[in-house]
Amino acid sequence: MINVKPLNIPDDNAPGDGPPNGEVLCYHCGDVCDGTDIAIGDRYFCCNGCKTVYELLAEKDLCDYYDIDEQRSSKSPKDEVYEHRYDYLDDPSIVDQLIDFSDGDMRMATFKVPSMHCSSCIWLLERLHSLNPGVISSRVNFPRKEATVTWNAGKISLREVVMLMASVGYEPYISLQDVAEKRKSVTDKKLYYRIGVAGFAFGNIMLLSFPEYLASDASIEPVFRIFFRYLNVLLALPVFFYSSSEYFKSAWAGLKQRFLNIDVPISLGIIMLFSRSIYEIATHTGPGFLDSFTGLVFFLLIGKIFQKKSYDSLNFDRDFRSYFPLSVAVREDGHERTIPLTRLAVGDRIVIRNQELVPADAVLLRGEANIDYSFVTGEADLIAKKSGDRIHAGGRQVGQAVELEVVKEIEQSYLTRLWNNDIFTKPSAGYLTALVDRISKHFTAVVLLIAFGASAFWLTVDVSVATTVFTAVLIVACPCALALSSPFALGSAQRIYGNRDFYIKNTETVEALSRIDTIVFDKTGTLTQTRTAHVRWHGPALGEEERAAVKSLLRQSTHTLSRQVFASLTGDVTHAVDDYREVPGKGIGGVVDGRRVTIGSAEWAWREDAAVVDAGTTAVYVALDGAPRGHFTVPNLYREGLTELVTSLKPHYRLVILSGDSSREEARLRTVFGDDVPMHFNQTPEDKLAYVQELRAEDRHVMMVGDGLNDAGALKAAHVGISISENINTFSPACDGILSADRFPLFDRLLRFARTSVAIVKVSFGISFAYNVIGLSFAVAGMLSPLVSAVLMPVSSVSVVAFTTIATRLMARRKGLM
Amino acid sequence: MYIMFVLIGFSLLVALTFLGLYLWAVRTGQFDDKYTPSVRMLFDDGTKPREANGSEPHEEDGDKDSNERTNTGDRSNGS
Repeated sequence: MINVKPLNIPDDNAPGDGPPNGEVLCYHCGDVCDGTDIAIGDRYFCCNGCKTVYELLAEKDLCDYYDIDEQRSSKSPKDEVYEHRYDYLDDPSIVDQLIDFSDGDMRMATFKVPSMHCSSCIWLLERLHSLNPGVISSRVNFPRKEATVTWNAGKISLREVVMLMASVGYEPYISLQDVAEKRKSVTDKKLYYRIGVAGFAFGNIMLLSFPEYLASDASIEPVFRIFFRYLNVLLALPVFFYSSSEYFKSAWAGLKQRFLNIDVPISLGIIMLFSRSIYEIATHTGPGFLDSFTGLVFFLLIGKIFQKKSYDSLNFDRDFRSYFPLSVAVREDGHERTIPLTRLAVGDRIVIRNQELVPADAVLLRGEANIDYSFVTGEADLIAKKSGDRIHAGGRQVGQAVELEVVKEIEQSYLTRLWNNDIFTKPSAGYLTALVDRISKHFTAVVLLIAFGASAFWLTVDVSVATTVFTAVLIVACPCALALSSPFALGSAQRIYGNRDFYIKNTETVEALSRIDTIVFDKTGTLTQTRTAHVRWHGPALGEEERAAVKSLLRQSTHTLSRQVFASLTGDVTHAVDDYREVPGKGIGGVVDGRRVTIGSAEWAWREDAAVVDAGTTAVYVALDGAPRGHFTVPNLYREGLTELVTSLKPHYRLVILSGDSSREEARLRTVFGDDVPMHFNQTPEDKLAYVQELRAEDRHVMMVGDGLNDAGALKAAHVGISISENINTFSPACDGILSADRFPLFDRLLRFARTSVAIVKVSFGISFAYNVIGLSFAVAGMLSPLVSAVLMPVSSVSVVAFTTIATRLMARRKGLM
Repeated sequence: MYIMFVLIGFSLLVALTFLGLYLWAVRTGQFDDKYTPSVRMLFDDGTKPREANGSEPHEEDGDKDSNERTNTGDRSNGS
């Protein structure tokens, strides 16, 4: 259909050009092709979707796409987009919510595109206008994984834009939650403004203060001295009223709750610095401390920025709305129509197609439902439902389209009810008080004591010095270095974690991690691998009859391996099994359709030596009528490195397993975890939540490690909730950290590193206290000159920052995390 | 020596200009995405000059195209 023009592609090592005798890689997405049926010239494709994208790109002369990134692996649009899938995007109420800006015919919207991952993606996404002239322009924000598209509404609709993106393999992710909450990035910018103003004032005041430091009193003309001083006051005003205002607010909020947080002594220091400077300048008694003051605010704000490392493309606050579709097809009077999910009511008849989620608890009316509840329970097996059966929200239909009647509202459904729990509605009380705030409580008290004590002493000696000493103590004790140590140490730790694909929400999480004493694991998807797709058959291909026979036999067995192989086989179960027997640890056998089928270990099925299989997989052997037929390789059920991980965690933490699954795997888990680890099976999402809350009530510091929506409550209730994800760009439930599944074996090291980081923070507190003692001795003696302050303050801050950053990195390197 | 007042005034003016530029850059979102532009600038626009098939060039993009078109030449030699 499309005429492919000659292309200017270099023929060296582009994927797909590999020798046809080895594995053939898809020219578009780089996946291994099943055969060489789908090809254009000498370029092979794994599926028609990839071929179509290639043709599209070729037609529009966009094949430079394949040139940009050597390591490129494009996104294959394998899931063929169902034609009416985006019909809801024609609904004006939804369109209005998605569009950021419109002017005449021009429309602009920002889409989340989780599948973008390399520079080729950016290139192609920014050339949507070449694919469809209706698109005016598109711009990618890669860190946020967003594309902002502008289009001409007269030529192309929102739905068509989304379909265009989906057709080249970049399906935008549109969810209820994104529609409900518009992004907020304004607050970040304010911090940048504040730091700009503070830096500007700091630099200029330093410059204007040099004469005061260097020249003797007599050598500066008084008129200049006064001019410089008042100019400094002018420059310092915006720093006091604008840049440092957040500290005052936070300190005030703390005081109102009768809590001395770290911002209290900081605010005290800032106010003292500023007011004493103004007083000195106004009374012509001295130059003031405006240079120290602006520098202090500048450094503090830098610490804040460093601490604010965030992973823009990840969202740690996802709830079920992110998983649910925006719309659902409803059947009314024989007609099908798409309505927004928010308008779905009890009694509506909905049509759910292959791979679609059931949005609310419903009763099956028509069709054969095979529901995958992996979302809800973590249990990956398909459950067959008959007409009249109830299907819970969150189940995914596999197979033909089915018709259901909604019996409960979305918010009241089995899974979503979890979000009505207090834990989601109340502000999080999960965090432990930050270390620095616990210290500041005592710190502030001690500083005030010293200030009052010293001024009381001076009152007896020399009254005029008393107030000077009082303010000097508060100025020099301002815990600048103290306030900087934890942002820099924990911020570095957070970045080191990020390099290891462990993404945590904020620096407080590092502290919380260091205090964990109990780890609760979810089983399915957390301890076990989720992929069943990688079961592979080795041997002469099975005929249809043979496959049906194998599948029929496998269905009889509840063994995990049987179920995994069963799930991977296509086709229907056609036959009854006679003479079935199952020998634990060996295998199963039976007569299917007059044929003896044996499946199990090599010794059991083949009665001969095992074939060589890849490490990390288990082989399941098949014999038909007593003759070896071939074997399946099944990836190991438990994550790689689990045994080692458990061995290294067990002495330090109390481990618990909560599983939504039945207890059939208990024996296998016991071999890994031992007999003393509590294991609870058949846990509902509410049970998990309640269990974690109980642990907390026992004053334990709990970490929950889970992966699914069914763990959402427990993740939220725990002090630290870590979600394990095979692909960090797919969404995880609300949590404090996301760990890439590949890094699971590193988990114990990552946890230990949190303790190291907090130890580094404590050492740096020691360093900053040492500076404080030096400063205080000057202050108490009444000798704190502006010059001493101007030197001490930056030196202490810079050395603390340098120490924490370097120490954290060094330790990370020693622990093999860098 | 009173020239100092003028000089200080100028220096402050220059500094204020830079502060203004910085604030403007933050406000217009130039610090929002520190990664994508670094990749974007490396793309030669491999697209052949667009045929005049009626697609209206619009302001912003037209600009970009003409810049990128000048780069097309060295691409074919380079690769």
